[in-house]
Amino acid sequence: MKSKLVLVGNGMAGMRAVEELLKLEPEMYDITVFGAELYGNYNRILLSPLLAAENTLDDIMLNPTSWYDDNGITLHAGKTVTTIDRAKRSVTADDGTNVPYDRLILATGSHPFMIPVPGIELDGVVSYRDVDDVNKMLASAKDHTNAVVIGGGLLGLEAAYGLQKQGMNVTVVHLLDSLMERQLDKAAAALLKASLEKRGLRFEMEAETKAILGASRVESVQFGDGWEIPADLVVMAVGIRPNIDLAKSAGVYCERGIVVNDSLQTYDPRIYAVGECVQHRGDCYGLVAPLFEQAKILANHVAEYGYSRYEGSMVSTKLKVTGIDVFSAGDIVGDGKTEEVLFQDPAKAIYKKLLIKDQKITGAVLYGDTADGARIFQMIRDGIDVSETRDDLLFTHHSVGDSGTAGVSSTTSMTANTEICGCNGVCKGTIVETIVSKQLFTLDDVRQHTKASSSCGSCTGLVEQLLADTLGGDYSVSAAKKSACPCTEFTHDEIRRAIREQELKSIPDVMAFLDWTTSDGCHKCRPALNFYLLCAWPGEYRDDAQSRFINERAHANIQKDGTYSVVPRIWGGVTSPAELKAIAEVAQKYDVPTVKFTGGQRLDLLGVKKEDLPGVWGDLNSAGLVSGHAYGKALRTVKTCVGSEWCRFGTQDSTGLGIKLERMAWGSWHPHKVKLAVSGCPRNCAEATIKDFGVVCVDSGYELHVGGNGGIKIRATDFLCKLETEEEVLEYCGAFLQLYREEAHYLERTAPWIERVGLATIKTVIVDDAERRAQLHARFLRSQSFSQHDPWAEHATGEKAMTFMPIDALRQERAGECAEGSTQ
Amino acid sequence: MSWCPAGGLSQIPARGARVLKTGNGNVAVFRTFDDKLFALADRCPHRQGPLSQGIVHGTKVTCPLHDWVIDLSTGSAVAPDSGCTSTYPVKVEDGLVYVDLPNG
Repeated sequence: MKSKLVLVGNGMAGMRAVEELLKLEPEMYDITVFGAELYGNYNRILLSPLLAAENTLDDIMLNPTSWYDDNGITLHAGKTVTTIDRAKRSVTADDGTNVPYDRLILATGSHPFMIPVPGIELDGVVSYRDVDDVNKMLASAKDHTNAVVIGGGLLGLEAAYGLQKQGMNVTVVHLLDSLMERQLDKAAAALLKASLEKRGLRFEMEAETKAILGASRVESVQFGDGWEIPADLVVMAVGIRPNIDLAKSAGVYCERGIVVNDSLQTYDPRIYAVGECVQHRGDCYGLVAPLFEQAKILANHVAEYGYSRYEGSMVSTKLKVTGIDVFSAGDIVGDGKTEEVLFQDPAKAIYKKLLIKDQKITGAVLYGDTADGARIFQMIRDGIDVSETRDDLLFTHHSVGDSGTAGVSSTTSMTANTEICGCNGVCKGTIVETIVSKQLFTLDDVRQHTKASSSCGSCTGLVEQLLADTLGGDYSVSAAKKSACPCTEFTHDEIRRAIREQELKSIPDVMAFLDWTTSDGCHKCRPALNFYLLCAWPGEYRDDAQSRFINERAHANIQKDGTYSVVPRIWGGVTSPAELKAIAEVAQKYDVPTVKFTGGQRLDLLGVKKEDLPGVWGDLNSAGLVSGHAYGKALRTVKTCVGSEWCRFGTQDSTGLGIKLERMAWGSWHPHKVKLAVSGCPRNCAEATIKDFGVVCVDSGYELHVGGNGGIKIRATDFLCKLETEEEVLEYCGAFLQLYREEAHYLERTAPWIERVGLATIKTVIVDDAERRAQLHARFLRSQSFSQHDPWAEHATGEKAMTFMPIDALRQERAGECAEGSTQ
Repeated sequence: MSWCPAGGLSQIPARGARVLKTGNGNVAVFRTFDDKLFALADRCPHRQGPLSQGIVHGTKVTCPLHDWVIDLSTGSAVAPDSGCTSTYPVKVEDGLVYVDLPNG
């Protein structure tokens, strides 16, 4: 018989936990859900758009009642659980329904806090918490004019904005002198207040509500000094309190919330708790993103996997008021040791503040330009050392040099038909509509459903803004711990560590050890695992061709019509008449439609049919040409200028050094493609400062630059160090490439990798620690001893070449082999 | 319909595919990790990418052009994408693979 799982609380956190559990172990439990409200589970964070009449209740349902039937879950809607019998392990609802449990999840959410003043029982006084509240507010808006919102926090301001859109005169009453004081400092709050006043909201600041007056329905609100303002509707939005009544009555240990450990377990090991009712390491959360993180971890334990831990969440908030950009994250107050970095442009109403402690960002307030919110939030969560970059942190990085988004960095002013994703032609309107209609919370959801940001990724920041605009601060930013792909719960780093420490040596071994949820992985994880294994066990691991993308299997680049392009290696960009002749002859012999120079000083033969590839390779091989790996997550080109051999400005032999670097590094596999360049003088004709690893020669030696990128998001390199000899350059280069191979995530270029770990970290290893540098270099050379063989030579003839040939059904038919009409 | 020989089973790698040229365009013959065989028109419903060149995982293949995932048993794109490509019956006799193709 299946174990019984009971969930008390049919809200977003509890139901998310159930959904996560069903993903892991759909058959493990008989599940019963109790919900005090009459509806299925709806998206509470879209209450504000519901109030502003931008959505209907149907639009915001997450799990309609049919969903519970489809998943074999018993739903008791409209029934409130009143007692838990922990000895007998059962719960009883107000109508007498009694259900036994083996495990119980409490997701009782929170109560809106009502200020204890006379008159709160009057008609027309509501909280702002659920669909019923919204219905009451909408009804009032129909026949009444004056609304008073008590509370100038996030929720209060959203309620005020919604009511104003419904045509009411709205006054916001706030006890303190500054709005949203938990998220904003005074300067940002003043800008926000001015902007809301411009939209017609009125404010009563530093006003203590003393009484709500009226006969049967509310008529006015009275303050401490006796001053009254008229009110037909009073919305109490001063905060929420975890709902711990049920847990307390059952003797489950509570403080402010139900106290849980890192596996979301209460002091009664059979009882778990999740969501707003929970107190974890002293913190209670009221936003959705942390609740979803909790739900995932709770499911992991209830499913008896038992390996993930909740370590608390860092939260960010964004106001859901159209046209106003406010972003806040982390600790915005700071202490004596905190430094502030400020940017202010009063004319454009832009204000940005970062709090920095021990060279790490601990908090941020952005007003007017929030394009960098997601990026800064990520830096806070990752604890990035900003000592090298702090002087330009506050200049919007998002739009600078990015391609594909027409230089636009703010979504609020865009019209619905403005194109957001230039690769897939997706407009703002489509994205917003899909977020609402398909109930999306994360960037990945949006990518899947709309394709926006799923190709080159340059519009990721814009899509994140749209999520935040639509869902407010409650959208689920990519979880702090991001699993490598949907087949696993583990991150790239955890997978790599397991491979090394547990000595896992094949893809099936990794999948078995780490409890992969699919039997055979997917197109995301298999190539990653293949690379990680290849990198960890050089010479030992047998490369799995079937886990590589077609380009790396076919050793050529697939084109839109299914033909391939072929690029032979041109060492350091230097070729010869004999090589050029051989390439020309191949192009003619195989009728290659296009021959083009690449940006990396090589020749590209485009439009080669797959079955011709082995022949093309054979012919190129016999002229001494080998694969240029232009198709791989591998070393691509080493671009050079002519240097001191010819150039009157040249300071060193840049061409010769480029060839030496290419000879050392060719054939190496990487997390992503890697491009090198060597320029003979600071005029930098080889554009070394937008390459993954660039050398700029100067009279006294060689400058090394790393982490550049000339693609979607242009990034100039960071200066790594200056060296005196070519030998040193080769060693540093090998060490840097090996560090990248060993530590970056699969499909992460050097530029985002360096931004993620910080340049300081890389310098410590490569520049400051001679021993580690030497070890890395040695490991690189050892790995190269196994990987420097030309894949073309291996595939030009024999059985491997055969796999490139299609089977011709027509020819077989003509030969009379077709077994006409034979039965199965 | 008629059963057309499509080479030996050993010529199709596990988690891979071979292309069968026919009068009506290419057919991709897939072999999964657990040696199940499937034959589909070698055209992704999205932008006609050659499915035969994709990564095969479980009983699905990912199109190499834009990462659409196609279910090999039905020919349908996996949600949220939607679209469908033709499928054909396959059998193995004495180590030889046969695909049931429409005549002509």
